[in-house]
Amino acid sequence: MSTPVAIAGVGMHPWGKWGRNFATYGIHAARAALADAGIAWTDVDLVVGGETVRNGYAGYVAGSTFANALGWNGARVATSYAACATGAQALDTARARILAGLSEVALVVGADTTPKGFLAPNAGERWDDPDWLRFRLLGMTNPAYFALYARRRMDLYGATQADFAQVKVKNARHGLNNPYARYRKEVSVDDVLTSAVVSDPLHLLDICATSDGAAAVVVTSVEYARRHGLEDAVRIEAISTVTPTFPNTVMDMPNLSTDPSGVVGIPEHTFKESIGHAAYEEAGISPEDVDVAEVYDLSTALELDWIEDLGLCPRGEAESLLRAGDTSLGGRIPVNPSGGLACFGEAVPAQALAQVCELTWQLRGQAEGRQVEGARVGITANQGLFGHGSSVLLAR
Amino acid sequence: MTTASPAIEGWFTTGPEPALIGSRCTSCGCTFFPKTAGFCRNPACDGEEFADAELSRRGTVWSYTDAQYQPPPPFIPPHAEGEAYVPFALAAVELAEGIVVLGQVAEGYGVADLTVGSECELVVETLYTDESGDRLIWRWKPVAGTTEGSAA
Repeated sequence: MSTPVAIAGVGMHPWGKWGRNFATYGIHAARAALADAGIAWTDVDLVVGGETVRNGYAGYVAGSTFANALGWNGARVATSYAACATGAQALDTARARILAGLSEVALVVGADTTPKGFLAPNAGERWDDPDWLRFRLLGMTNPAYFALYARRRMDLYGATQADFAQVKVKNARHGLNNPYARYRKEVSVDDVLTSAVVSDPLHLLDICATSDGAAAVVVTSVEYARRHGLEDAVRIEAISTVTPTFPNTVMDMPNLSTDPSGVVGIPEHTFKESIGHAAYEEAGISPEDVDVAEVYDLSTALELDWIEDLGLCPRGEAESLLRAGDTSLGGRIPVNPSGGLACFGEAVPAQALAQVCELTWQLRGQAEGRQVEGARVGITANQGLFGHGSSVLLAR
Repeated sequence: MTTASPAIEGWFTTGPEPALIGSRCTSCGCTFFPKTAGFCRNPACDGEEFADAELSRRGTVWSYTDAQYQPPPPFIPPHAEGEAYVPFALAAVELAEGIVVLGQVAEGYGVADLTVGSECELVVETLYTDESGDRLIWRWKPVAGTTEGSAA
């Protein structure tokens, strides 16, 4: 059964492309979250940073970089790296210390400055690194992996490129009023379909950009929140950061192959299914209880995969939900009311925390211009490289 | 005089019927590709010995796509400097061993030649050319007329 912790405050730096130091964005988000919580920095007893490999030494020790920039206050410190799930893993570290009674008030921060264009591996020859080999031997970029999943939906479930475009249209509309979104502009199906094809069947506008951005969450024990006057705080009911179960039979970035299923058979859940499943199980909440979801739309088609992976509809039916408007604001189960990665672009160590920020605002009824009316339960989901993924279940 | 050699040593054979070379765990029988050593990744197996095993040369398409823009380094473009980039297709092919293996699609074939469930065969072709000669790679070649059709 679930043992919740409270979200006392959330804050973000708008997503964009400014090329400033990641810590600048992170401190902006941290201060916003502390102000939102009404908690002084000097009262924080744990800082957890989301690591960012692209920002040098300071990025590798993100937790202490943020703590130092805010002014050393003697707090415990930790730094997490879990690819796209980095923010959720950092949050889970904070939750674990709080639930163990070792910390009371934690500040979790993720921030990034990202390069232009395809995400490519670090320089140097690394013949034992699949993330290097996939480029050298195959020319396999991230969008090419997204395209494999998209093409399967077309061949197996009858999805069309117009369906994928419709996801972009929906998310662009959702993000119009989100002050933290980088892209706030209506997009038409035609805009998507006439943009360049990057990796068949995906067009440029089906694929998310990379962005600078930062998100921060102040998390406390439920008891501390109560003493602090936050009787009705949004609660974290579950954080899933499960690894895959052998054999992982879905082709995963950056691998060149899957595990073999020939001898031991195919597991009950795919990796992505297991991420959500573990969150539901930990929280004692079922997919029918979910009012709103923030999922990782690295591509438009991936949003459709996630809707099914989270059990929000049966396999192969996400296009039907989309076409019926069920996943739009005002629909049965709005997906990515923030505008998603389509409107943000990915800022890796911040993104999973940004999902939590959005759902916190949604569950508080503060998501102005994009509010899911009456939302009480929300779920996030993402998957990154090397067996990392996360799902956070929030309730109020 | 230059010679042709694999772009990566020991991953595939280059004879008339080329095949990928995997590692079969001598304890549980799981076959891994690329080759592995040390400890078996089957969590229920404590095997530490592996034998080289040639993988099935044919399989069915799990999915496919192409690269319409030139990938960034360490990708080495096959064309000479000054020549235009030519897009290539990529396929993930499921083998009888239960492994899905990525590969470029053989020269002359594109996404229009593929469907989820259709059959492909392993071939070896030139990935790029350097001072030592042609550097070879495995590729998936569609087998004509074997499409099982899609569920769409």
